[in-house]
Amino acid sequence: MLTKRIIPCLDIKDGRTVKGVNFEGLRDAGDPVELARRYSEEGADELVFLDITATLEKRKTLVSLVKRIAEEINIPFTVGGGIKTVGEIEELLKAGADKVSLNSSIVRDPELITRASEAFGAQAVVAAVDARKEGDHWKVFISGGTKATGLDALEWMKETEQKGAGEILLTSMDRDGTKSGFDLELLSQVNEIINIPVIASGGAGTVEHCIDAVKQANADAVLAASIFHFKEIEIAHLKNKMGEAGIPVRLT
Amino acid sequence: MIAIIKYKAGNTASVANALKKLNTDFFFAEEASELDKADAVIFPGVGHARTAMNSLKEKQIDQWLKNTRKPVLGICVGMQLLYESSSEGETVGLGVIPGTLKKFDESQAKVPHMGWNTIQQKGNHPVLKNLDPNYYLYFVHSFYAPVSEHTLAACGYINDFSAVVAKDNYVGMQFHPEKSGEVGSMILQNFLDMVYG
Repeated sequence: MLTKRIIPCLDIKDGRTVKGVNFEGLRDAGDPVELARRYSEEGADELVFLDITATLEKRKTLVSLVKRIAEEINIPFTVGGGIKTVGEIEELLKAGADKVSLNSSIVRDPELITRASEAFGAQAVVAAVDARKEGDHWKVFISGGTKATGLDALEWMKETEQKGAGEILLTSMDRDGTKSGFDLELLSQVNEIINIPVIASGGAGTVEHCIDAVKQANADAVLAASIFHFKEIEIAHLKNKMGEAGIPVRLT
Repeated sequence: MIAIIKYKAGNTASVANALKKLNTDFFFAEEASELDKADAVIFPGVGHARTAMNSLKEKQIDQWLKNTRKPVLGICVGMQLLYESSSEGETVGLGVIPGTLKKFDESQAKVPHMGWNTIQQKGNHPVLKNLDPNYYLYFVHSFYAPVSEHTLAACGYINDFSAVVAKDNYVGMQFHPEKSGEVGSMILQNFLDMVYG
């Protein structure tokens, strides 16, 4: 049976792992490659690396980091942060990344999804969406959550699917870093209209939060950062508890 | 030495890294002539079946693969192209294994089938040595090969499909052994043992 995935996320700044609260206030959380190895050994199903300082000068640093990660670990991983062109995607995939996560660039240029998907396959294209609730709707924000786009999050996610995204990484900005649980309402609603896997992100604080995201909101995967970085929850423990709750998980 | 076929859009870095960890000598081959010096060939594949097939044809690697008696391991799209055809882009494959790839029924569950799943052994083959039904492998694909007489192991998602297939000197794996942790390494080692054993 296909299992639900547990995905630690590593935010990278200047080659170090960092973690912020509500997109601000960064704390140092260690060497990415070392953490990647640890997570892989502890039973992580995939990893996500988001370079939050991805500028043109940093691109080469990211590519060499991806090479190091690919040499170290033998589970799938996604890389994101400031990726704008098919050429950049190709460079990261060739360095050993399995998927790229695209966020601001696909809002500005939605056809990038299609171009990337046609060149490398939909499985390599993750549409990352940062959503914040405004009234009864969720709106899409870009540029690390600083810029409103006016786009309706649910409609936008549907569009990314139609344009060829293979997966959605959905972050609730309201919950990110708060450890108050995933936005189950948002997750449930997107899972009703979307037919590609959705990774729940933003708000994981307890084992129960992860169970709820899967059981109540049909998430295909749960992503978290700080609870793993600071060892508040061990991946093996989380998986055991999810298994006990009747969720199919890969036990290693 | 193991040849890894390198072609446009294929993620060859992961297979190379996996072989490095297993202390196996390998080289990347972009031309059919380079394959002659290999003990065995690994054909990794991601992306679109037709794109992958077209790059094989450009270098006449398709003819080499069809005619070789050396062990060939096709991974993911590399496995799919061992078949006669795929409904993905109406692609004509190498045809060394009979059958046609179909798309998963999207009305039944999410497509692609993405993540870790178990496989059930249907036949005996050296690549399946020490395989346990509780082991998980990493899959990511939207098209599947129906179960046939050549299926060595099946996986269930929406319907049962071929996870490992073999005919003559050809072996195909729908999952990514290079991305399947220690279990994946074991299966790759099984293939290497088969080549060098």
